[in-house]
Amino acid sequence: MHRRLRHGLSAAVLSAAVVFGAGAAVAASYPLERTELQRWSFSGYFGRFDQAQLQRGFQVYREVCASCHSLNFIAFRHLGNEGGPHFGEEEVKALAAEYIVTDGPDEFGDLFERDGKPFDTFPAPFPNDQAAAAANGGAVPPDLSVMAKARAAPRHIAWMPVDMLTAYQEAGADYLYALLTGYEDPPPGTEVTDGTYYNPYFLAGKALAMSAPLSDGIVTYDDGSPETVDQYARDVSAFLMWTAEPHLMERKRIGFQVIVFLVVFAGLLYLTKKKVWADTAH
Amino acid sequence: MSAESTYQPKSGFGRWMEARLPIMGLVHDSFVVYPTPRNLNYLWAFGAILTMMLVLQILTGIVLAMHYIPDAAMAFASIEHIMRDVNYGWLLRYLHANGASMFFVAVYIHMARSMYYGSYKEPREVLWILGVIIFLLMIATAFMGYVLPWGQMSFWAATVITNLFSAIPLFGEGITTWLWGGFAVDSPTLNRFYSLHYLLPFMIVGVVVLHVWALHVVGQNNPLGIEVRSKQDTVRFTPHATVKDVFASVVFLVVLAWLMFYLPNFLGHPDNYIPANSLQTPAHIVPEWYFLPFYAILRAIPDKLMGVIALFASIGILAFLPWLDTSRVRSARFRPLYFWFFWIFMIVVVGLGYLGAQTPEGGFLLAARLLTAYYFAHFLIILPIIGLIERPRPLPSSIAESVLASSGGEAGEAAPAE
Ligand code: HEC
Ligand code: HEM
Repeated sequence: MHRRLRHGLSAAVLSAAVVFGAGAAVAASYPLERTELQRWSFSGYFGRFDQAQLQRGFQVYREVCASCHSLNFIAFRHLGNEGGPHFGEEEVKALAAEYIVTDGPDEFGDLFERDGKPFDTFPAPFPNDQAAAAANGGAVPPDLSVMAKARAAPRHIAWMPVDMLTAYQEAGADYLYALLTGYEDPPPGTEVTDGTYYNPYFLAGKALAMSAPLSDGIVTYDDGSPETVDQYARDVSAFLMWTAEPHLMERKRIGFQVIVFLVVFAGLLYLTKKKVWADTAH
Repeated sequence: MSAESTYQPKSGFGRWMEARLPIMGLVHDSFVVYPTPRNLNYLWAFGAILTMMLVLQILTGIVLAMHYIPDAAMAFASIEHIMRDVNYGWLLRYLHANGASMFFVAVYIHMARSMYYGSYKEPREVLWILGVIIFLLMIATAFMGYVLPWGQMSFWAATVITNLFSAIPLFGEGITTWLWGGFAVDSPTLNRFYSLHYLLPFMIVGVVVLHVWALHVVGQNNPLGIEVRSKQDTVRFTPHATVKDVFASVVFLVVLAWLMFYLPNFLGHPDNYIPANSLQTPAHIVPEWYFLPFYAILRAIPDKLMGVIALFASIGILAFLPWLDTSRVRSARFRPLYFWFFWIFMIVVVGLGYLGAQTPEGGFLLAARLLTAYYFAHFLIILPIIGLIERPRPLPSSIAESVLASSGGEAGEAAPAE
C-alpha cells in the first residue's frame, strides 16, 4: 500500500523536485545513481522482521562479511532475542562456542583464550584499525552494527511529506542493498584508482575500496531460498537493519498502543472540554 | 498576584499551612481562579505544552544520565548500550531526542503566536524578553545535548560552533582553547558540555518561573489584542483553560509519539551514527533542523566575524521587538499591512531553514544573502515604518462584545471570573 502511495505521488513530487532542484549546482555529485527503494517486511506502521530472513542474513554476515567487518555492539545472546533472529538458547550457546575469545587476566596476570559464551560480543576480525587498513589496501572496513542507520539512500526534500506519512525509515537498508548489488564495470572513459571498485550507488565517490563481496552461490542456504547475489544482499541488509535497530518490532507495537491510548484520551478530553465550555460563548 | 488571596483552605492542616507558607493559595490564585480571556484559541495552549515538554526532557534526561558516559572513548558505545540493553532505553532516548525537536516546534509556534497577535507589546515587554532568554538557553542546551552521542555530526558541529569564537579579535584563539579545555574538541570538551547540558534545563525552569510570574502580573493577551476590561471578558483558569490545555497537550503528544515510534531517526542525520573521528570531516556539516535558519544567516556573510555577529544579532534583535514595532495595535487581525508582512517573514524564515541545509554556493548563497537581508529589514525597517503608515481596522470595544456578537448573542450569560 505504501508503495502504491509513493508511486501515485511520484509525479507530483518529481515536478516539485524539478522546481526545487533547478538552482542546484550539477558538479560531480555522489552517488552517481539514485538508490531504488525496496520492499521490506519491516517497513511501514506494522512492519515486522522476517525471522528466517534474519537468520539467513546472519549466515551471510558470518560467512562473508565477518572476515573484514566487525559487529562490535552485538553479543551472541542478542541473536536469541525475540524480535530478532530468535535462535534457540542452545543454538546460541553452540554458536558462541564456535568462536575463540581472549579473556583475562587470570590470577597469574596472563591473558588466555577460551570458547565464546553468549554474553561475549562478536570478536572483531582485526585487532585494531591499523591492522584492518593494512589488510585492506589502506581502507578500514567500518563496523557494521549501526551501519543501516549510518547511511541512507539520498532522498530529495520534496519527498519529505510522503516519507513521513509512510513512516519511511528503511533508507539505510535500501542503500545497503543497492551498494551490494550495484557493482559494475566502470563506463568507458571513467578511470578508477587501483584497489577501488566502481559502484555508482556509493555515497562518497564513484568507487570504494571494497570489492563486490557477494557472488551467486557463495553461501549455501538450507531453507531453499535462492542462492543469488540479489537474495544475499536483501537478507544481509535486513539482518543489518536488525543489528542497528534491535527493538524495531517492539517499538512499532508499543507505538501503536500508545497512539491508540492517546487518541482515545484526547477524544474524551475533547468531550469534556465541550461540556465545560457549553454555556460560555468564546 | 499582588491582590489578597481569596483562597479558603478547607482542612485544618490547610489553614495551619496557609498561615505559615501560603503556597496553596498561590497555586489557587495562579492556576484555578486566575482570570483568562474567554476568546483564547488553541495557539494559547503552547505555553502549557512547552512546560510539559520541559518536564519531559528533564525526566527522560535524568534517566539517560544514569547510563550515559561522557568520555570521548565511551560516549558512543554508552548510547548504543542504552539503545540495546537498558530496559526501554531505546524509548527514553528516542523520546528525549525527538522531544527536543518537538520542544522547538512548540517554541517556534509560541513565538510566532506572540508575533502575530502582538503579545510582546506594552505591558508585556519583560514577559517577552524573558521568553527570548528561555529560547537562548534552549538553543545552548540542545546544541550541547547534540554533542553528547559523540557521532560525526556531534563532533563536527561542536568543532564548527566553538571555532566561531576564534573570530573574536585578539582573544579569539585563547577563548576557543579555554572552551575546549585543550587544543581541539575532545574528552574535556565533551565533559563540560555534559555538565552544562545537565545544568541549563534547570536554569530554564528558573526563567520559566519568572516568565509565568510576569504573565500573571500583566495577564494574557488574546486574539483581539485588546485589554481585558471587565469580568465579562474572562473565564476562570480552571476548568476552562485547564481542560483546553490538557486536551491540546495530549494532541501534541500524539504527534510526538508518531515521530518517536515511527520516524525516530527521521529528523536526525545518519552521520551521527558514525563514531566521532577528528581525522575525517563529513562532506556536509549540518546542524539539527531547528538551527538551520540561523546557520543560513551565519554562512550568508562572507566575513567570519561579521557572520558570527549576524548570527547572534538575528536572535538578539528579538529582544528589541517591543520597541521596533511602532504600531499600538497588537493583533494582526486589525493590521492590514502587518498581516501580510508577518506571513512573508514566516516564509522567509522557512526559506532560510531550507537554505541552511544546502551548500552555500551559487544560487543558494545568493538566496541566503537576500533572505538574510530581508530578515533584518523586517525588524529594522519594515516594522518601524508600517506601524506609522498603516491604518488599522477599528477595534471592538471589548472582548465580551466581540465574542457575543460573533456567536449570535444566543450563548447569553458569560461565566465571569470569581
Ligand atoms: C575483503 C574485505 C571485505 C569484505 C569481505 C566485505 N567488506 Fe565491506 N568493506 C570493506 C572495506 C575495505 C570497506 C571500506 C571501503 C571504503 O571506504 O572505500 C568496506 C565498506 C563497507 C560498507 C560501507 C560503505 C560506505 O557507504 O561507506 C558497507 C555497508 C559494507 N562494507 C558492507 C559489507 C557487507 C554487507 C559485506 C558482506 C556481504 C561486506 N561488506 C564484506 C571490506 C570488506
Ligand atoms: C531543555 C531541555 C533539554 C533539551 C532541549 C535537550 C536536548 C537534547 C538533545 C538534542 C540531545 C541529543 C539527542 C540525540 O541525538 O541523541 C540530548 C541528549 C542528552 N540529554 Fe538532553 N535535553 C534537555 C534536557 C536534559 C536534561 C535535564 C538532562 C539530564 C538531567 C539531559 C540529559 C541528556 C543526555 C544524558 C543525553 C545523551 C543521550 C542521548 O544522546 O540521547 N537532557 N539532549
